[in-house]
Amino acid sequence: MSALWVGLIATSVIAFLLKYLGHSVPERWMSHPRVLKINSMIPIALLSALVAVQTFTTDKSLVVDQRLAGLAVAVIALILRAPFAVVVISAAATSAALYHLQ
Amino acid sequence: MNRATFAQSLSVSLPVGAYGIAFGAASVAAGFSVLQSCLISLLTFSGASQFALVGVMGSGGSALSATATASLLGTRNLLYGLQMAPLLRTRRLKKVIAAQLTIDESTGVAISQEKNGPRAMAQGFWYTGIGVYIFWNLFTLIGALGAQAMGDPATFGLDAAVPAAFLGLIWPRLTGRTERVLAVCALAMALALTPYVPAGVPIISTAVLAVLFGLRGRVWR
Repeated sequence: MSALWVGLIATSVIAFLLKYLGHSVPERWMSHPRVLKINSMIPIALLSALVAVQTFTTDKSLVVDQRLAGLAVAVIALILRAPFAVVVISAAATSAALYHLQ
Repeated sequence: MNRATFAQSLSVSLPVGAYGIAFGAASVAAGFSVLQSCLISLLTFSGASQFALVGVMGSGGSALSATATASLLGTRNLLYGLQMAPLLRTRRLKKVIAAQLTIDESTGVAISQEKNGPRAMAQGFWYTGIGVYIFWNLFTLIGALGAQAMGDPATFGLDAAVPAAFLGLIWPRLTGRTERVLAVCALAMALALTPYVPAGVPIISTAVLAVLFGLRGRVWR
């Protein structure tokens, strides 16, 4: 079985178990303020790291290419409170344009 | 049927579901097939976890680091389940379905209906959960087929669309100084580690920062 299938199945099983567990254990077990605080920080850290890796790396080296320009446009769109579709499409269009100019 | 709750559920589930296009495209760009992409949305059904799975594996990470990253992002669904369980009072098959539909949006709409009583809250949960499930999976298929037709991700800028989509996902959470400093630290840490450790590890390592900032958050205010 390929690594992609392993990742797919393992992620899906654990995702469901986490959800089901939440519906099955008493609320007081997990409602400590510190647990809640850490939990709200996890997506920010992991997703910021993902943005960094997907924008600035190719294999194991750091690179600056058309993706950075696309991301910069996305940041501007987000600051201007553009809808999600505009953010993604403007980033894609910028990156694609620079890629073809190279 | 409570029309006000239904309207709010629909206004949340349609745009959120449409975001599935970005996931389907990202998943195919990362090397997953159209079938696999659809299975991820049907089975995992949790946006951030799904993006992490395909993001880590697409950048060469192992199944282990991808699953660990995705699962850490899925822990908040556990907390949502804790909040929703007393409200829904489900058993057996209905509990399985309720668990699968426990995500940011279904919980969010349920909580927003608090002023209208527990019945409206439960309705908000079900309408939104089912609505997002339908649209998310439909749009995943569309995005996956679209990306498959495009070929090389760089040609249509998909290589930048994916991180832009992630950024759109965290942007609303960057409300305070703690959150922003954390985001910048995580970004720097992931890049600093990239040349030295296996792919995927730089991303999951930043969970340490989440713990530190969660414990010491007040220092930054």
